[in-house]
Amino acid sequence: MPKRTDIQSVLVIGSGPIVIGQAAEFDYSGTQACRVLRAEGLRVVLVNSNPATIMTDPEIADATYVEPITPEFVEKIIAKERPDALLPTLGGQTALNTAISLHENGVLEKYGVELIGANVEAIHKGEDRDQFKLVVDAVNSKIGYGESARSVICHSMEDVIAGVEELGGYPVVVRPSFTMGGAGSGFAHDEEELRRIAGQGLTLSPTTEVLLEESILGWKEYELELMRDKHDNVVVVCSIENFDPMGVHTGDSITVAPAMTLTDREYQILRDIGIAVIREVGVDTGGCNIQFAVNPVDGRVIVIEMNPRVSRSSALASKATGFPIAKIAAKLAVGYTLDEIPNDITEQTPASFEPTLDYVVVKAPRFAFEKFPSADSSLTTTMKSVGEAMAIGRNFTEALQKALRSLEKKGSQFTFVGEPGDKAELLVEAVRPTDGRINTVMQAIRAGATQEEVFEATKIDPWFVDQLFLIKEIADELAAADKLDPDLLAEAKRHGFSDQQIGEIRGLREDVVREVRHALGVRPVYKTVDTCAAEFAARTPYFYSSYDEETEVASREKPAVIILGSGPNRIGQGIEFDYSCVHASFALSDAGYETVMVNCNPETVSTDYDTSDRLYFEPLTLEDVLEIVHAESLAGPIAGVVVQLGGQTPLGLSQALKDNGVPVVGTSPEAIHAAEDRGAFGQVLAEAGLPAPKHGTATTFAGAKAIADEIGYPVLVRPSYVLGGRGMEIVYDEARLESYIAESTEISPSRPVLVDRFLDDAIEIDVDALYDGEELYLGGVMEHIEEAGIHSGDSACALPPITLGGFDIKRLRASTEAIAKGVGVRGLINIQFAMAGDILYVLEANPRASRTVPFTSKATAVPLAKAAARISLGATIAELRAEGLLPANGDGGELPLDAPISVKEAVMPWSRFRDIHGRGVDTVLGPEMRSTGEVMGIDSVFGTAYAKSQAGAYGPLPTKGRAFISVANRDKRSMIFPARELVAHGFELLATSGTAEVLKRNGINATVVRKQSEGTGPNGEKTIVQLIHDGEVDLIVNTPYGTGGRLDGYDIRTAAVARSVPCLTTVQALAAAVQGIDALNHGDVGVRSLQEHAEHLTAARD
Amino acid sequence: MTTSTRGATKAPAVLVLEDGRMFRGRAYGAVGVTFGEAVFSTGMTGYQETLTDPSYHRQVVVMTAPHVGNTGVNDEDPESKRIWVAGYVVRDPARVPSNWRSRRSLDEELAGQGVVGISGIDTRALTRHLRERGAMRVGIFSGNALPDEGTMLTEVRQAPEMKGADLSTEVATKEPYVVPAIGTKKFTVAAVDLGIKGMTPHRMAERGIEVHVLPATATVEDVYAVQPDGVFFSNGPGDPATAGHPVSVMRAVLERGTPLFGICFGNQILGRALGFGTYKLKYGHRGINQPVQDRTTGKVEVTAHNHGFAVDAPLDKVSETPYGRAEVSHVCLNDQVVEGLQLLDKPAFSVQYHPEAAAGPHDAAYLFDRFVSLMEGQRA
Repeated sequence: MPKRTDIQSVLVIGSGPIVIGQAAEFDYSGTQACRVLRAEGLRVVLVNSNPATIMTDPEIADATYVEPITPEFVEKIIAKERPDALLPTLGGQTALNTAISLHENGVLEKYGVELIGANVEAIHKGEDRDQFKLVVDAVNSKIGYGESARSVICHSMEDVIAGVEELGGYPVVVRPSFTMGGAGSGFAHDEEELRRIAGQGLTLSPTTEVLLEESILGWKEYELELMRDKHDNVVVVCSIENFDPMGVHTGDSITVAPAMTLTDREYQILRDIGIAVIREVGVDTGGCNIQFAVNPVDGRVIVIEMNPRVSRSSALASKATGFPIAKIAAKLAVGYTLDEIPNDITEQTPASFEPTLDYVVVKAPRFAFEKFPSADSSLTTTMKSVGEAMAIGRNFTEALQKALRSLEKKGSQFTFVGEPGDKAELLVEAVRPTDGRINTVMQAIRAGATQEEVFEATKIDPWFVDQLFLIKEIADELAAADKLDPDLLAEAKRHGFSDQQIGEIRGLREDVVREVRHALGVRPVYKTVDTCAAEFAARTPYFYSSYDEETEVASREKPAVIILGSGPNRIGQGIEFDYSCVHASFALSDAGYETVMVNCNPETVSTDYDTSDRLYFEPLTLEDVLEIVHAESLAGPIAGVVVQLGGQTPLGLSQALKDNGVPVVGTSPEAIHAAEDRGAFGQVLAEAGLPAPKHGTATTFAGAKAIADEIGYPVLVRPSYVLGGRGMEIVYDEARLESYIAESTEISPSRPVLVDRFLDDAIEIDVDALYDGEELYLGGVMEHIEEAGIHSGDSACALPPITLGGFDIKRLRASTEAIAKGVGVRGLINIQFAMAGDILYVLEANPRASRTVPFTSKATAVPLAKAAARISLGATIAELRAEGLLPANGDGGELPLDAPISVKEAVMPWSRFRDIHGRGVDTVLGPEMRSTGEVMGIDSVFGTAYAKSQAGAYGPLPTKGRAFISVANRDKRSMIFPARELVAHGFELLATSGTAEVLKRNGINATVVRKQSEGTGPNGEKTIVQLIHDGEVDLIVNTPYGTGGRLDGYDIRTAAVARSVPCLTTVQALAAAVQGIDALNHGDVGVRSLQEHAEHLTAARD
Repeated sequence: MTTSTRGATKAPAVLVLEDGRMFRGRAYGAVGVTFGEAVFSTGMTGYQETLTDPSYHRQVVVMTAPHVGNTGVNDEDPESKRIWVAGYVVRDPARVPSNWRSRRSLDEELAGQGVVGISGIDTRALTRHLRERGAMRVGIFSGNALPDEGTMLTEVRQAPEMKGADLSTEVATKEPYVVPAIGTKKFTVAAVDLGIKGMTPHRMAERGIEVHVLPATATVEDVYAVQPDGVFFSNGPGDPATAGHPVSVMRAVLERGTPLFGICFGNQILGRALGFGTYKLKYGHRGINQPVQDRTTGKVEVTAHNHGFAVDAPLDKVSETPYGRAEVSHVCLNDQVVEGLQLLDKPAFSVQYHPEAAAGPHDAAYLFDRFVSLMEGQRA
């Protein structure tokens, strides 16, 4: 049955900003879907507020709306575009929830839009706990297998307390309904914990519903990815087994595909249940994910949950098997059946089969607890990881060790030197699941733990435990061997040991190990991911390395460009860099090169086998990259290796690659050094006559104090060679400076602390530019909303700049050109400036693609990363202008006056983290970056654009109601004007006594409310925190006092997070918000596609 | 000296293909020498079922899944009383089995039953080789004193070929036995054992069928002596071109119009009984992920396969046979190989794959219901 003919246009909803639990995987799935639908001749309308996605590239859809994903805005888009159908299953929970709202409020019916790929009844059956239990019961009565954990549904705290007794006591699991990534769920071991977790869960759940469940902690956990077509053909694409047993969110577990410890009988039971569930739920077409717990003692199977949509796991399953779930889901949604869709990889066989693997896939989560030092690092059923790495090997040990080194994090790899510690203590530590528990287990094994002891402590399946013992035994052999003979070396490599690990064990340098290894002829081969375990020939070169016998890399004639990706997402290095890598691949392919992508992040578009000519799913370490370069050099000519687009990860390899004779193209490693090294960069600035804030470096408190005394407080301090502002702090006095130096473990003579003058009240400016050695193309100038001192990644910004004039731009352009030239950039450079008074200071320069490249590209309708890739390989800006890749005239610094204003807003993960007492973590912005993602608001004026950015990031700004204001002394003056505006818009102001006094003196009425520290009043007057919790406050303005610890502000801000009340923590954000509220209160806010914006811009440029 | 318990001390082993390609690894299971036809199986689960499937008699099975033996060996999952494979090839055997039903390790089981295996070789390279060159004879030699390469190759080339091999009598039961119906008995079926898997009579028994399993040498008289409501022909090893006796028995059953069902070898026998040819596939279908379309409903089922031969029947038309019209009812979507036959004028059908699964998905279990329907129809 071919494609439906009654659908001509489809609206696809994306997943919005990257947040924990909903990340780049939805860009991957959404991009695939849009491409497939367009290839089918449909008009694709897309809405996604996240500019850092490939799917929002104007060429992916016919009409791309970078607008907030709220029912209100999506309705506007529907009214304007009148699509025939809405495909809601590829944009995560965000898209699904939005589609349900549009169904329930009658919008879909009003405009005659058909929901495809899912129906509302099925979504409810799959996601609603009550209904899903009935589904599982029905399945059990049909096939005799599968049950739900014993549970009770609760809608109030009274229900919750009563429910525990019904279940037979603690511990119990709390799961709120309809939240993504398991937000708000957790284990409660006593009533206090229960009240906290369930209280938050009831709030987070849009239906005020939580489920209490019997504890199945320690059971084996599995997932199946299934697909169904309209003829009721069902296939299981992949089975996934969690290394960490039940109790840890699957997004935070190390997971393995295929399942390793099931007999066929047990596996077929899961398969039968899965198929019965998808039928019972009624997912007509598309993919779904079902999670199971299996009792290791008797095999009792509990069906935990299902997602009736494409998920993070389905992205992983697609990469793990080569079976593109999202792509096929899109085809099924428009009417095809599985047997009508060819398997891309074999081309000969249909998609109506089940992939079989002749390799092992391991996914490991990447956490960011170092960014939230007060957060409890225990892993629970609430997902906390910010990214993941996947690795493929021919056995588990190889895949596991590759995955751990792909995480690219200190201590993520196993180490076998030094004292392991006390066995008993290590075993106790291993009971609690944490980031890196696997390393604790390995140390316990080194300390003499038995397999049984490890199992008892962790409940990790004995087969996995034995694999860890196997790794440890090989490490022992490596340590004990007289010399590294080829057999031993090959055996170690076969189990995933890196040259670095072997070197550490043998007391050798990594490069020495590599030299020995090469001399002995021990090198990896590359195998193909082919969906069929070699039963059929594969047409798609999707490779992974293994120390096996036969390689499958075919020779080629065209020169290849190898693009190094950015590895697992982490705070500070996310999807934005993948965006640039993908663009490079597209541009270089168009320019006639064979593109070769190297990356280990399964969530991304770059690791789609369709993106580049060849894909190597490999860790981004020097060793792994050198071997790929070697393999490709045997296959054909190599034009170069691109390291500037994947962020700090590949950039860090630049010099070493060059030293190993690899042709690194673009900005040279020496130039990178000139920008990154303090001394060298200072030289560049001095030669160009550009000022930088006064600074110095020190390795001791005395040294730091001397510098601070000279340049004056406040100072910005940070360890050298860090990313994302790690450990960066604004220090206001000597006492804090002393404690900072004392606390900082990163400081050593080779890694001094940097002390900079902190520019209070400066405007921070970001510039992205291209330089080819001759000409500068100023990509865009972004003016930050928040003042300097807040990490640029966490600050909102506007492009074009809203308060800078032509003279300022001229200065920025001249400075940028001087730095690009002085450093020796060939490609992209990002520079951060601070304008303090009339002086333009240079804060730092990064000679690589920056986080803002996608934003700048979208705001100015110019593909900067594509241009950068071409410049790296020798094209000039003049040539690119002539070709049309860059505008013929002008650049991003001189946008037409009526160009739209784009506002980028950062999205923070506060609600995910709690401290060990269960309290939220503080939400104050600072020099250390903590946002996970971003949104873009675009409109003709700043106020509307800002309002859209807020709606996209946190929910709409309130247009009336009660606003609470409490600001630090230094902010009181700048608060008055916006506060008056709020009153003018009809807001009732609440304030603490100090702020209220200032407001009153300025003729603004404010109701005094009690501070949390004052407690409830004598007549039961609520404190501000109670008011927030009771939903009586609509907007919160709270700026922190200096660097103080837990003041009132902390409780207010965490309450705001818990209740999802907009909370502004800088006066600049308040000023912007007032403009936004003003825009919202003045008439209708419209929607406009990027294509329309671009047409307008291009017309204005010509 | 190391304190390793890793087990790298296993004796060396060599796998030698008849075209001269060799793979060096370590002994697995019993140490010694074995010969057979090299075939690969792509199932990721179900090694116990695979090893004990009589259809694998005289075949050396290469597992494409790298980890084998993880769940050990239990006493419930075997499909017959012994391991039938002639040799076993795996990449990474488990050191510690883990499953609540496990009784012993697979390594022990193989050694205990004298099955020679090899581990630690590039099984994917071997699989690709077999895919490109076709299934061929192979030898596994293990132990500390291995013959030289030329000697090993000569020995491999002297081993018998699968084409023309008549093997079902070697694996089938010598004495008849009865598998009682589970619950109320509704039907009696005579099942001709050509290498039957244990799950097949079990699937029938679940449906109220008392199954009389008869030796491969059973005559028409033996079949009808049990007064069957239906007759079943099982799976089994070897070349269907040698199956003259079962073909003649089947023809007699077709003459009488008794409801008939065949699986795998039974499908090839029906093909030959109807006058179609059979032929050897280049490298066969062995796995549990094969897409088969039921041409009567258009639905696709994911199925378990283990066949090196196939029926040569026209896909695009109904054929006239001595027993009336016949058509191809099922086809493999990967390569359009005939996967099922049915007569339109008599109650007889067969499939080339394994609806009893074990190992594999249960999608095709409805075929046993079809058999039951035929028997009900005959009764009515």
